[in-house]
Amino acid sequence: MDNPVWVPLALSLKVAGWATLLAAVAGTAAAYALSRWRWPGRDLLDALLTLPLVLPPTVLGYYLLVLLGRRGVLGETLARWGIELVFTWQGAVIAAAVVAFPLVFKSARAAFENVDAQLENAARVLGIGEAGVFFRVTLPLASRGIAAGVLLGFARALGEFGATLMIAGNLPGRTQTLSVAIYEAVQAGDDATANLLVLITSITCVAVLLGAGRLLPLAAGVRSGAQR
Amino acid sequence: MALKPLVAAAFALATLSANAGAAELVVSAAASLTNAFKDVAQSYEKAHPGAKVVLNFGASDVLLQQIVKGAPADVYASADQKAMDRAVQEKAVRPDSRVDFAANQIVLIVPADSTLPIASLQDLTRGEVKRVAYGNPASVPVGRYTQGALRAAGLWDAVQAKGVPAQNVRQSLDYVARGEVEAGFVFATDAAIMPDKVKVAVRVPSQTPVTYPIAVTARDANAAQAQEFVNYVLSPAGQAILARYGFQKP
Repeated sequence: MDNPVWVPLALSLKVAGWATLLAAVAGTAAAYALSRWRWPGRDLLDALLTLPLVLPPTVLGYYLLVLLGRRGVLGETLARWGIELVFTWQGAVIAAAVVAFPLVFKSARAAFENVDAQLENAARVLGIGEAGVFFRVTLPLASRGIAAGVLLGFARALGEFGATLMIAGNLPGRTQTLSVAIYEAVQAGDDATANLLVLITSITCVAVLLGAGRLLPLAAGVRSGAQR
Repeated sequence: MALKPLVAAAFALATLSANAGAAELVVSAAASLTNAFKDVAQSYEKAHPGAKVVLNFGASDVLLQQIVKGAPADVYASADQKAMDRAVQEKAVRPDSRVDFAANQIVLIVPADSTLPIASLQDLTRGEVKRVAYGNPASVPVGRYTQGALRAAGLWDAVQAKGVPAQNVRQSLDYVARGEVEAGFVFATDAAIMPDKVKVAVRVPSQTPVTYPIAVTARDANAAQAQEFVNYVLSPAGQAILARYGFQKP
């Protein structure tokens, strides 16, 4: 490995951060839409959105490559606009966001469905508009479930490997995230680097979990009062 | 006791699977040998009734790491001498069984429908060439040959800047076939299996001879059978199959 170990670490955090942001916004929006309105095909859509959770990463990676590659269905159009996703860190973000999405979506949908409709109606009676009801009542009440989903999504995005390797490749300093760098080091028989990277990954994950443990009850305590 | 028959059954099963294992010959071979060795194995099984060859393909260094860490391979065939040198150093193979069985050629390929004027290694420095695929030199022989050739031409740094290191030679081939890169380095035999998707732009002169060594691994279990397979690869029948896939004599 030509790069100091902090290069893949910083890249992993950057990719996982962006991926989590995308997954959090899209996952929450999709969860709200599916928990509030009934329409034909809702269950099918739910299943499709959950698919990345159960599909092998290689299948996801292949779908993404066929879809976003230079000759892909979407890739060709994107390339004309000068957007390239294969072999770029943005491609790694897409891969990580896709696998993180179902975790946010599932948690958020359960959280929205548990929000007491009477509280929302009370807000409406008091003259708050629909957007206000969502941002001041529904979202805060569902925030704990959503936050849990987002943290799981971040952890999953940080550990993404299979789909990332297929779409973003293994370019040192550009798309070589921690998990890909570890794979690379083991393949080349460089156990010293592998050990170091594994240690860093483990420490990072423990730090994330500890941080999550601190953040979660706090957020929940402020929002819904008597949780602690 | 109700347990006894269960334990007996478990032992019987264990013995059974051990017996089945004895007849199996595990061959770890370089990714570029994929198509040719599938044929060699089939014809070996036909010539040796009861024999079962299990093939494991990958980048030569990756296969070596597996063997060093205890993977139950009986025969090891690598795509360059360096990987086999390491195997000897790590005492993963029997040095006296080592023999070269094939030779190959490094080529620079482009997608079949490519219109870029790539006729020499120098052309890789053109602006239109944004990405070039080659095996990762740390673990893939074709990458080491490529690195050697480009270094000799004084182009390694320029090409490395747009390089996409692949996990094995077949991934490099796939990247070119899908048009994800403008050009890539593979063996001539790899380019030959996708004539409708890739075309050879440059036949690359290699700094080191592109020869493939094969050896029996240091595991004792199947040594005789493993040597038998190596002999078959070197026999006229084995060499004829390799020649059909474009491999030359070493």
